[in-house]
Formats: sequence, structure tokens, C-alpha cells
Amino acid sequence: MADNVYDAIVIGSGISGGWAAKELTEKGLKTIMLERGMNIEHVKDYESPNKNPWDFPHRGGRTQKMIEDYPVLKRDYPLNETNLNWWVNEKESPYVEVKRFDWYRGYHVGGRSLMWGRQSYRWSDLDFEGNVKDGVAIDWPIRYKDIAPWYSYAEKFAGISGNKDGLDVLPDGDFMPPMDMNVVEKDVSARIKQLYGGKRHFIIGRTANITVPHNGRVNCQYQNKCWLGCNFGAYFSTQSATLPAAVKTGNLTVRPWSIVTKIIYDKDTKKAKGVEILDAQNNQTYEYFAKVIFVNASALNSAWVLMNSATDVWEGGLGSSSGELGHNVMDHHLGVGASGRVEGFEDKYYFGRRANGLYVPRFQNVGDDKRDYLRGFGYQGGASRQGWSRNIAEMNIGSELKDQLSEPGSWSMGLGGFGEILPYHENKITLDKEKKDKWGLPVLAFDVEIKENEVKMRKDMAEEAKAMLEAAGVKDVFTYDREYGFGQGIHEMGTARMGKDPKTSVLNANNQVWDALNVFVTDGACMTSAACVNPSLTYMALTARASDFAVNELKKGNL
Amino acid sequence: MNRREALTRVAWIMGGTVIGANLFLEGCTRPASKDVESLFKEEQIDYLGDIAETILPKTSSPGAKEAGVGAFIPVMVRDCYTTEDQKIFLEGLSKLEETSKSKFSKTFQELSPEERTSLLTEIDKEAKDYAKNKKEGEPNHYFSMIKQLTLLGFFTSELGATKALRYVKIPGRYDGNFPYKKGDKAWAT
Repeated sequence: MADNVYDAIVIGSGISGGWAAKELTEKGLKTIMLERGMNIEHVKDYESPNKNPWDFPHRGGRTQKMIEDYPVLKRDYPLNETNLNWWVNEKESPYVEVKRFDWYRGYHVGGRSLMWGRQSYRWSDLDFEGNVKDGVAIDWPIRYKDIAPWYSYAEKFAGISGNKDGLDVLPDGDFMPPMDMNVVEKDVSARIKQLYGGKRHFIIGRTANITVPHNGRVNCQYQNKCWLGCNFGAYFSTQSATLPAAVKTGNLTVRPWSIVTKIIYDKDTKKAKGVEILDAQNNQTYEYFAKVIFVNASALNSAWVLMNSATDVWEGGLGSSSGELGHNVMDHHLGVGASGRVEGFEDKYYFGRRANGLYVPRFQNVGDDKRDYLRGFGYQGGASRQGWSRNIAEMNIGSELKDQLSEPGSWSMGLGGFGEILPYHENKITLDKEKKDKWGLPVLAFDVEIKENEVKMRKDMAEEAKAMLEAAGVKDVFTYDREYGFGQGIHEMGTARMGKDPKTSVLNANNQVWDALNVFVTDGACMTSAACVNPSLTYMALTARASDFAVNELKKGNL
Repeated sequence: MNRREALTRVAWIMGGTVIGANLFLEGCTRPASKDVESLFKEEQIDYLGDIAETILPKTSSPGAKEAGVGAFIPVMVRDCYTTEDQKIFLEGLSKLEETSKSKFSKTFQELSPEERTSLLTEIDKEAKDYAKNKKEGEPNHYFSMIKQLTLLGFFTSELGATKALRYVKIPGRYDGNFPYKKGDKAWAT
């Protein structure tokens, strides 16, 4: 076999790319995983997890230089000095904002699997049937029963801790033992259950942090520094989980610094032959060939790759024949919620830093609940005691101030919403013909916004959070609505959606590009709607499912 | 708790205002002015340490000066403050000296610990009154800046985190029903 010929090519090495590499190599395919950025080796290349707060010169904050260098990253929490080199260099990789779009990218082996939030939830048929029931966009080509076994498969390998709560809206999975709620959260949770007659629930977050040893990984040590890389491998990432599994097969080649510029399409066979890459370091072009190509470059960049491919056949690129490639951009809108003070429990505290919180599953437009908007939202939240940065208005200076701030303050509890954004055809990304990145490649232009449905939902998010907290006895509850920048959820979805009809969708029910059946897209791009739960677990399950299908089709000689 | 928590860590808020890292505003990069660089002189570090020590003095645990806050403040002012905030900070130090001279006919460092406390208590009150009436977009009071940097510098320093607070690097477990009695220290992180 020539050294540029493989059985499979995986474009991207984040959550879904890592899963594709694992599944394809374990099924015997010689696979090359192409990553546009640098390599990061598990543990060895993690710079910060052993550092203490005082080891950072600005104590984790941001400098004016960072603010200038990262005009997008500065819009939210990702800009800080503890893991700055894991976020994309915005000067090298700019994009165009026809309307504001916050794009938080990680260009390196592991992608955003190193920095993700780890909350892991199954969809239910409420989500899969949403579009068809509401008459929105197009129907999903699959239902819960199609993906349920793959959720189990993904959960068992990734290691998801959680409680079996028995809720229809949020199906239980194959969980590791759950993390614990603290004493205040348990109290509030019990009150909510009683107050709302079992229709609303505060449950412990289901998270991809392992709570028992698993596949050579050490269980969570409660440091709450996951975004720095974990030396224990306690949270799921490409590095801690899928990459070692793929490497173990002997079938994997990883090539960092490889920007895939296009998929090479063969008009005669109507299939892809391989990919062309630009080496990000030496600017040379190389080609790789394979029978199967998995596109896992993250939702927006996967669309970018397709848009740049087969343009001699379709002006808009591979998968554009439906007119939907790059359209229907979705995210989860957030930054709305409520918070307040909890009385009592002064003799209670907690030990350890739990990298997890509470979750309130969607209750709007469920069953006989009806709202003046479609779909709904969930909340993430939790209770904790205030620390030294609390504002004590009456405190002056001196030893009394110091003594008081050296002790924990009162308990507080907060809830922040994560809401579903509908798929709007007009929310789109396109290739900008003028602006180029560092490598002379065209960049994406964003024309995306939230609409009336989301705006109405945000109002409800704040009001319901306040109402529930107050009902549970929380005092001085205040609501907030920070201006949401589309993309801030870091859950980009929808740019190459799945569907039943090649005229209205880019992918079929098995994540194959209708126009090139040996090309699979299994990251956020494939999503036909967004639901309101964190999406990564669904990408894992869809990727494992599509990989299994792809290998079976190869064996049958269909690809 | 989750990734969103990081936001509140960075947007370190006291009295309703975030000073320094103007989170959602454009910053400007420039070489530090001579005046800012002069904050790094040994005598200035000593001076800032004395101010910080008056805000968070040595008690049963070490004070802000011993914890290195005098050296921390110039780093933050140089790297994280906008030019406008740097100016307010530097002019504020001059105002502090003027007030000291007009009240006690002595420089701040010549004052006794009691006099220092008395002076800064008064300025702290002035800063609070200012903050109360401050309209959005108006600059912060220089003493609010000093106080914030002192608290941040102290409680995230090694001595502050391990002696004034409790710090367990690798907890290894989570207990959500951990006993607490008045006087027990808060967790550093």
C-alpha cells in the first residue's frame, strides 16, 4: 500500500473524530486522522494541571494584550491565561461577521474534547419528533430507538456518571455512579419535586467524568480543573479515551498540522477518492486516498470542507445540491437565569471541587404544558457557599475584613438556562471570497441570529428560574440576561443536516452525504434540530453508529 | 461546577463593578509608561505592600505584605489595566499621599499603623460613597482598585490560600455534607 493510501480518512480529532478513528481502526480499517493544528500528547503536553492559583502571574485573568489578540474569545469566559494556547489564534484564522457570531475554536489534536463542558444527555423522541410535529424545517430520519443502543455503547466506553432518574424527557443511560448533590441541593431538589407534583426535577448533572476507574483511567479527583487537561484521564477526551484505543489497534496514523482543503471527488464513480491537505507548517500540498472519509472538523469547518470540495460539479460544493449546505446554523442560547441566597445550613459545607452541577430537564411544552413559544430549555445550576470575593458592603478594611473573608459566606443557589434554537434556513454560513486566512484559504462569513421564538423563551427562562427558586425558599432572587452572542453556547450545529430526502438535506439517515455515499459527516453539522441538551453524547453515538454502518457497507462492497 | 463558572472567576466583581480587565470592551496595547514601570521599583513595591497590609493585616495568619501583594499589584496594573485605569490608579496614589500629608503632615509610610488604618478607612468610605453614586461608564475610584487588587492578590497567593484560607490541591473525593463550625476557614478554590 502506498504511504498515502488508507482504508479510511478521518478529518478532525475532536470528540466525533476521535470516535470515528476508534471505531474504524477497531473494525480493522487502516485509518489516518488529519488534524489541522498541533499535537497535544496526553499528560505530557498538559501545561497547567499541576499549577496552583498563585503560579499564574495574573491569577488566571486576562491581560490587555490578550484582549487585543483575541477579539472573539474575549467575549466570554474562554479568554484566560490558564489554557490560552488551546484556543485558536484569531489573527491566523479570522472570519467575517455579517452579524455577530462568537466562534470558540480549538485547533489541535483532541480539539475541544480537551476543553468541553462534559455534560452528557440523551435525546428523547420529544426531540427527534419535534420538527415534524411543529412543522418546522424537516423531519429527522431517525428516532430514539435507532440511536438508543449506540447511546449505551458510547456511554459505556466514554464513562458517563449520572443517576437513573426515570424521566421520559431525559432517558436514563448506562451510567457510572452519580456524583453527589450537596446538602442544599438535595433540600431544594426535594422541595421542587413536591411543589410541582413530580413534573419538575432537579437532578445531578450527567457528566463525562468517571467516578470509578475505567480502562486504565483514574476516577475523578474533584480538582475541577478539567479544562487544563487531566493527568488522571478522569474526563472523556480524545487523548484520554478514544485515541489510546485507536492507537492500540496498530491501525491508526495521526497527522497534525494537516488542513484539509478539499475532498477529492470522482465524477465517474460519484464517490470521494481522498482528500487534499495543506501542511500548516511547510505550506506544501499533499493527497491522501481512502475508501471511506469521515468529516469531523466541527460543524462549521466540516461545512467549510464540503463547500470547498467538488466545486466543478456543484458550485456550492459537495452536498450543496439540496441548497441546505451551510444553512440552518444552530447553537444553544444561554446567559439567562436567576440566583439567590439560601438561608440556613450554616453548619454545612462541602469538601472537594465537583466539576459538575445540577441539571433541570426541560419541562416546557412537555405533556400538557404549553408555552407561547416552541420547544424549551433546561437549566444547569447548583448551590455553593460564597467565597472571599463576595461583596460585604458594610465591611471596611483591616483585620475584621480579613477574618470575615477568610470564612465562607452564606449559601447561594443559581440556575442558568440552555435553550433550543430552531433551525432557520436563512441562518447561514458562506465562503467569503475576499478575506483569507494565514494560509490564503477563504474564510467563513456568518449571517446568523436568534429570532422571536428564542427571545420569548429567554424571558421565560429568567421568570421560571426565579419562580422555582423562590418557591423552594431561596431569598433575594434576582434574574439576569447577559446579551447572548450566537455561538456562545459552543454547540454549533446544523450546517449539513440529516434528512429523508436529498432535495432538502445534505446527509441521509446513516450520515452519508447524499452526493457521495462514502463521505460521512457525524459532528454537529449533521443535526436536523438542536434539542436543548448538551449535544456531544449524541455525536458520539451517531459516529459509532455511522462507523458501524460504513464498515458493513464496505464489507458488502457497497462503498 | 461547570465551564460557565470560569466566567465568574474572571469577572471578579466587588461593589458591582469589574475593574481592570474590561471584559467586553476593546483594550489597547502599549508599552507601559514610565510611571507604571516605576511601580516595580523596590521602594514602590514596599509602599504598595504597606497599603495592602493596612487593608489585610497580619493576624493569626500572614498579612498582605508578607504574601507579596506589593509586587503583585504592579503586574496587574501594567498588564491588565487600560491606559485610563492606569492613570486613575497612579493619580490615586498621589491623592492618597496628599490626603496623608494634609491630615497628618506625614507621608503614608511615616504613619503609625493606627494612623494608616484611620486614613485608609476614611478613603475607603469615600470610595464606597463614590461607587454608590457612580453612573454606568464613569471611572472607578482609585481606592476600589487598590482594595480589589489587594484582596485578589492576597487570597490567591500561596500564603493567603494556604494560611488565611484552606487549600487542598487534590481533594480526591467530594462530600456535599461536610460539617462546618464558625471559625473554620473557607476553601481557597
